[in-house]
Amino acid sequence: MNTTETLLWVVIPYVCLAVFVLGHVWRYRYDKFGWTTRSSQLYESRLLRWASPLFHFGILAVFLGHVMGLGVPKSWTEAVGISAEAYHVMAVGIGAIAGLCTLVGMVLLIYRRRTVGPVFRATTRMDKLMYLVLAVVIFLGLWNTVAGSVLNLGGYYDYRDGVSVWFRSIFLFQPHPELMAAAPLGFQLHGMAAMLLFALWPFTRLVHVFSAPVFYLWRPYVVYRSRSDRYGARAARPGWERVDRPQKVR
Amino acid sequence: MRVMAQMSMVMNLDKCIGCHTCSVTCKQAWTNRTGTEYVWFNNVETRPGQGYPRTYEDQEKWEGGWTLTKNGRLRLKAGGRLKNLMTIFASPKQPSIDEYYEPWTYDYENLTNAPLQEHTPVARPKSLLSGQDMNVTWSANWDDDLGGSPALAAADPVLAKISDKVKLEFEQTFMFYLPRICEHCLNPSCAASCPSGAIYKRSEDGIVLVDQDACRGWRKCVTGCPYKKVYFNHRTGKAEKCTFCFPRIEVGLPTVCSETCVGRLRYIGLVLYDADRVLEAASVTDERELLASQRSVFLDPNDPAVVREAEAAGIPRDWVEAAQRSPIWALINKYEVALPLHPEYRTMPMVWYIPPLSPVVDVVAETGEDAEDPGNLFAAIDTLRIPVEYLAELFTAGDTVPVTAVLKRLAAMRSYMRDLNMGRDADASIPASVGMDEASMYEMYRLLALAKYDERYVIPSAHAEQAHGLEELATECSLDYDGGPGMGGSGPFGEGSGVNDPIAVENFHMLRQRQTTDTVADPSTRKARVNLLSWDGKGAPAGLFPPRSGTDGPHLRDPEGPSGETQPLPAGGSVPGPAGTGTEPTGTPPTGTPPTGPARDDDAGAGR
Repeated sequence: MNTTETLLWVVIPYVCLAVFVLGHVWRYRYDKFGWTTRSSQLYESRLLRWASPLFHFGILAVFLGHVMGLGVPKSWTEAVGISAEAYHVMAVGIGAIAGLCTLVGMVLLIYRRRTVGPVFRATTRMDKLMYLVLAVVIFLGLWNTVAGSVLNLGGYYDYRDGVSVWFRSIFLFQPHPELMAAAPLGFQLHGMAAMLLFALWPFTRLVHVFSAPVFYLWRPYVVYRSRSDRYGARAARPGWERVDRPQKVR
Repeated sequence: MRVMAQMSMVMNLDKCIGCHTCSVTCKQAWTNRTGTEYVWFNNVETRPGQGYPRTYEDQEKWEGGWTLTKNGRLRLKAGGRLKNLMTIFASPKQPSIDEYYEPWTYDYENLTNAPLQEHTPVARPKSLLSGQDMNVTWSANWDDDLGGSPALAAADPVLAKISDKVKLEFEQTFMFYLPRICEHCLNPSCAASCPSGAIYKRSEDGIVLVDQDACRGWRKCVTGCPYKKVYFNHRTGKAEKCTFCFPRIEVGLPTVCSETCVGRLRYIGLVLYDADRVLEAASVTDERELLASQRSVFLDPNDPAVVREAEAAGIPRDWVEAAQRSPIWALINKYEVALPLHPEYRTMPMVWYIPPLSPVVDVVAETGEDAEDPGNLFAAIDTLRIPVEYLAELFTAGDTVPVTAVLKRLAAMRSYMRDLNMGRDADASIPASVGMDEASMYEMYRLLALAKYDERYVIPSAHAEQAHGLEELATECSLDYDGGPGMGGSGPFGEGSGVNDPIAVENFHMLRQRQTTDTVADPSTRKARVNLLSWDGKGAPAGLFPPRSGTDGPHLRDPEGPSGETQPLPAGGSVPGPAGTGTEPTGTPPTGTPPTGPARDDDAGAGR
């Protein structure tokens, strides 16, 4: 384990993850009002109608694939009787399709963002940086899937014996940087770009991922709120805790 | 029985002259900001006409409101919960900006900066969305006063529901104005559509609000509201809607649109209703039953049993008394002259309308007959099928019977009161012919024609013991909030990001900025907004009116600037106003901002 390896695959990941977690906490506390999707559908919907679902559903599938590939150890899938070949075919097949949808959707969305005047005008500098990093991550990920696993450029590499183990080791606080150092360049770049994206995440519009409104499915349709549980637009002052008034006795 | 109180409004359309004062003052108070250029919490439509946004009433196209499933249950017309979530990435039924209008400003600078030339320089329209030159082809009131008829009015979805042959005749017969705000429905489909649960109905007074901190910009509410009264702020990415001017209502003042209504046609008051019966009432099979079923949900505030239940539900005594004096209750359930707008959307709207009799009177008068004779008027209401059918499509899901009944009551009141005004004997048979007695007819006349301010607006203020719960808190220094005092322009993540400013503070700074700056309100800075909310109508704060010609208003002079020269506004940046320099503005401090008197100006300035 040399210094470069440690820096690249231990220090940077932990720093990025810390920024990711603390950044979200800070952003949520400081900027609930800015926590939004910043939809641009009002300006243009013809392109968005296709591009946005393509991208979003695609990236959701990609995310689930990563949960599968990075989160589930190889021994587990083999224990339930999925052979390495079957897993490989499934992962590459679904992954390539999902990745392609994501890529096409993203290209269309970026094209729309650049060419539709009002949309481009509503694009912040942070958005542009985020789009760049996100595009690099997605492109590298798709490149690894297609070039690495389908075309077998540079020989066969089973990321489930390398990258995945390293990824889990980060969260087990027993990092194995040597596994990443041994991975092909494509995987290294993809991982590094993803780390950068995680560090950027809390400061971009990507925070809307964490407000995926799944609770809508169970919530009562009409929400009632009392004036008294809102306390106005006033934030609580540090050092002072609110004391609830005793409820009126009925 | 679960008694809840609802703040609601009735508008008497006979009195609306279409002056748009309500719209303008509302816009000044609430939506005079970047991102809300196209947003009209209050708008006035000419009927027949397409409305705003265009053809919003065509629910087959826009899929707003509720629909009844085959097994008799209510479902959002745009689809159930799962479909709602699955279409979150691109909302299929959201009106585009073209359905509203592309907001614009003019290149005024060209008028003063253009070099000497043969032709007069012009201020060209510039899009506020793209910044490019644009052709103005539509606006919020493009078809005002039937402008562009018959080509434009023919696209009116309500007109399409009544048969073709009446159209031509109809255009010659009548036109009226329909002022619209958010309906603050009992069964709001916008709230039901909101995936984040950010839209809520206040349990005290039923006002429907958007929690700006919880809204995530999924824009489903825009589709959900059949009245299209939830708007998407395209700069902040959040939904915004009519607030029923809750900061004013909480202290007993009517909404801005009502306060400034020239025709005094708006009434505000409480209605008590049984919250347990709302869903059942909204689910009746026959659309034409919805008017009656909604009326039956309202509870008689004079009924001792209702009063008892209201008190058990924690409704303060003075609120119950206000409900007893409520003009809304009287107009809806006592005189039965107010009707809901589009009950067939099944949202149980709570802004009701007294349909206009004037078109009928006009037609009779044009024939040379006596337009106030009850016989003539009654006959005209019966024969003038067209206006009645049109009104029925608006107010009673197409059922002409209730509309005719209301118009006859209004006609009877006219005839009955004419006898009194002319010094003749009152004709008791006229009220009797519409099912009223003389006393209640006179009372109704008083309410419709003479009612003073405190009779039109019966608004109990929010309670002192709830003061800490008020959204607009005035018991402490309102600059004491996290990150305060002061307010900035755009936060680090775009327009409006960062900690929210309490409304009082925002108003104070905006008002002062507005009054002391020497540039025109620039939509790109949040500070340059005008807010009439904080003006209580007493006195004229500096900057309310432009300086008189010849005398340069002293408050318009920059105290730091050399010889009172004007400073250009940096693009998108903050205005170096007096507040920024820490000196007192020379203008009079604004009235009506109690929490922040002039003594705090230095504090406010230093913190910026």
